[in-house]
Amino acid sequence: MNEEVTLPAVLGEEILAHCRAVRPEEGCGLVAADASGRPVAVIPIANALHSPVRYQMDTREQFDAMKRIRREGWSLWGIFHSHPHSEPSPSPTDIRLAYYPECYYLIVGLSTDPPKLRCFTMVDGRVSEAALTLVP
Amino acid sequence: MAVTVRIPTPLRKLTGNQSEIREEGGTIREVLKNLEVHYPGIGERLTDESGELRRFINIYVNEEDIRFQDGLDTKIKLGDEVSIIPAIAGGAE
Ligand SMILES: [Zn+2]
Repeated sequence: MNEEVTLPAVLGEEILAHCRAVRPEEGCGLVAADASGRPVAVIPIANALHSPVRYQMDTREQFDAMKRIRREGWSLWGIFHSHPHSEPSPSPTDIRLAYYPECYYLIVGLSTDPPKLRCFTMVDGRVSEAALTLVP
Repeated sequence: MAVTVRIPTPLRKLTGNQSEIREEGGTIREVLKNLEVHYPGIGERLTDESGELRRFINIYVNEEDIRFQDGLDTKIKLGDEVSIIPAIAGGAE
């Protein structure tokens, strides 16, 4: 774990709130960064699979979110999803389907109290965890 | 017929980092064929061995998903915007 990543705490709260709201299904969404690379917005996306163990972002909502990110002059910074019943570490499925190597993958674990939020990069099947700090 | 193709970040290493490309074609299938000619390697990321769209790739013409039109045979007209959007998916199992 060498890379250090900071996320405004308010965005971390938004991610958690969405994942709690759709529990027991897995929740998912995007995090956008401004032109300076600082995360500025959380965009929850419906889980089209409505499953407690799998997610796939609703295509239309994902398309609309990407368009919004482009129009705001933002960039896609991160992709989040929850594991309602297990540890927040990437599953083999997560790794196999990770098509965005330049993004941070945030995983929320809801099986503990308080929940856990961890941050990973996944590049060509290689996973590394980044040290995530929530900042004011 | 030239259209604008929006390339998602995961595929930009195949397009010399370009996010938008002008490409010719009367249907999505033709546009993808021309993309592969100009940016070798991109075709297999979008379609499978039988030439059909890969399951985790979505393509939109303007605001509409081609799966709800004529798929790869969806016709395009001058000035259309074609967006290639890899699905975002995963899960605990
Ligand atoms: Zn997962």
